[in-house]
Amino acid sequence: MSQEALKVRTMAEVAAAGESVEVLFWVGCAGSFDQRAQKITKAFVKILNRAGVSFAVLGEEETCTGDPARRAGNEFLFQMMAFQNIQTFEAYGIKKIVTACPHCFNMLKNEYSELGGNYEVLHHTAFLQSLIDEGRLKLKEGGKFKGKRITFHDSCYLGRANGIYEAPRELIRKLDAELVEMKRCKSSGLCCGAGGAQMWKEDEPGDKRINIERSEEALGTRAAVIASACPFCMTMLSDGVKNKEKEDEVAVRDLAELIAEAEEL
Amino acid sequence: MIVQQIVFIVLLLATAFFFSKRIAFIRKNILSGRAEKLNDQPARRWKYMALYALGQKKMFKRIVPAVFHFMIYAGFIIINLEIAEIMLDGILGTHRLFVSLLGPGIYGTFISLFEVLALLVIVACLVFLARRWVLHIRRFFGREMTRWPKLDATLILIIETVLMTFFLSMNTADSLLQDMAYGHYREAGFFLISDSLKGILSFADAGTLVFIERFGWWAHIVGVFAFTIYITYSKHLHIFLAFPNAWYTRFKSSGKISNMPEVAREVKAMMDPSYQPDENAPAPERFGAKDVTDLSWKSILDAYSCTECGRCTSECPANLTGKLLSPRKIMMDTRDRSEELGYFIRKNGGEKKEDGKSLLHDYISMEELNACTTCQACVEACPVSISPLDIIIELRRYLAMEESKVPQEWALMFGNIENNGAPWQFSPSDRLNWKDEA
Repeated sequence: MSQEALKVRTMAEVAAAGESVEVLFWVGCAGSFDQRAQKITKAFVKILNRAGVSFAVLGEEETCTGDPARRAGNEFLFQMMAFQNIQTFEAYGIKKIVTACPHCFNMLKNEYSELGGNYEVLHHTAFLQSLIDEGRLKLKEGGKFKGKRITFHDSCYLGRANGIYEAPRELIRKLDAELVEMKRCKSSGLCCGAGGAQMWKEDEPGDKRINIERSEEALGTRAAVIASACPFCMTMLSDGVKNKEKEDEVAVRDLAELIAEAEEL
Repeated sequence: MIVQQIVFIVLLLATAFFFSKRIAFIRKNILSGRAEKLNDQPARRWKYMALYALGQKKMFKRIVPAVFHFMIYAGFIIINLEIAEIMLDGILGTHRLFVSLLGPGIYGTFISLFEVLALLVIVACLVFLARRWVLHIRRFFGREMTRWPKLDATLILIIETVLMTFFLSMNTADSLLQDMAYGHYREAGFFLISDSLKGILSFADAGTLVFIERFGWWAHIVGVFAFTIYITYSKHLHIFLAFPNAWYTRFKSSGKISNMPEVAREVKAMMDPSYQPDENAPAPERFGAKDVTDLSWKSILDAYSCTECGRCTSECPANLTGKLLSPRKIMMDTRDRSEELGYFIRKNGGEKKEDGKSLLHDYISMEELNACTTCQACVEACPVSISPLDIIIELRRYLAMEESKVPQEWALMFGNIENNGAPWQFSPSDRLNWKDEA
């Protein structure tokens, strides 16, 4: 991997320079703070840099969308976060947003509109697909993942909530990899166990953790890579694969990481 | 004949009376929920209903039960045309009135079709009984499937089988009596299934055949009357309510949580100095739902439409891994509570509205609610357009905002979001640290 410095500007810097950008990259809390998810953020930025996309992040001005608060029942806190974020977007005249987190994606796309926040919001898998389709991002022939078995875990908030099943799969095909499906996939996909604010608490009493159930299913495909498109699914599946002591044989990767790796970015 | 006519008309009126009384009660229970406007885009609603209720689109995700269920469904709808004739015969004291209208050729063809469907209904009911009681398919069991729900499901399948058997035995005896040209049993055409069953009744003389024919006729129609009232107490109500429940579906992404404008207004008043409060806006009553009357009326309609098939629970990640949560139980609890509260209010002449119990805590526990990942698998799985998730979220809202009863980790998470703008304890100034880390 090359160690070129990442070219990232904040909206404040862009505005101060009197410029504008094509798209705001909404990093999200996981992508900003979670060590594993930070790698996804960096991989995605490298791809954006390679494709020459003009983008900026909010940096310190970004805050939680309010997703876990709202789903845990705390509507007040959610409304406060939404209010602040919408004000920030308004201040910078934001029209187009891309994010690597399906939870943030769902909030910004579906739940802010009723509060006056209307934007074109894209999940990074759909954005990457459009970069490839428009010829702005060219993938090498016969890359590192050629012929490798890759399974894709559908994130609930990307799939069932927003009907995005094909963009991530299309990216796997673009890597010349062999896409193998789990039995429970697409609209029948099994949750990783993190949604609905479960990420922040212990499981309720039961026989098994949800992420173990899902990781077993993913490992059952005998794929070399379990691909995900959500930082929370990433945590859950990585933990599950570790629990099964398969982390040396099976990689859990975000699609942005797979592309960055294939392109040796 | 006149005595039979009077008995028939009395039974018919009694059925209509008890059925409409029950429906009025259920309607009142449903409308006791909070208002929610769901009648926009009528064209899209009719189309959705045609596809998902009439066409049973979601059923076909699981092909084996879908095919057998379709046999019962088609049988139920089409054989009901026969009920029209039975009704008229009963009221007018005629026998197979439509023969004279249609002629034996066409009439026999219709009856043959009904008989084939009746046979398919019997086959499908037996297959369903076997799936429950021989194959022990997992989704028919579970914590909420107590004695009554299991008995209910079994009774429905048995009643349907018995009703169809009466229909076929009535026709078989009738065919034999037609062959004998006995009394008023005129030539009514060729009946496909009962014709081949004639051998079974070959022992019987004319008197016995008339008894079998009359017994079959009365048992069939009285059975239909009784069943009509029974289903209003049963999970089988889905045969009617699946249709309005589809029509009134919420056209939104299953992952989108409904907004609370009253909270949005309060937050705005707090954070936006230029905000002018709307004097006409309704004052917030209760945040979220404690009882069924705090839910949207659509959620109560959902509950009455539930047929307890358990597709939701069988796809719920929490339930699959042994947690207490079962989306089907959420729906069954909502209906049971709605019935209980409805009876209480009726008993007290509509004066007392509170019986000291509630859906939350008395029926649905925090442990169940806290296990939900909001993955929407239950919503996706439901063949009759039910959302258990909407109820779960409303109850969680009450827990969080009215009772402050949330898991301690969530309270910490709320605090972090409020203070640091992130669910973890990180400083906003560290948000870009990833940029410079190798």
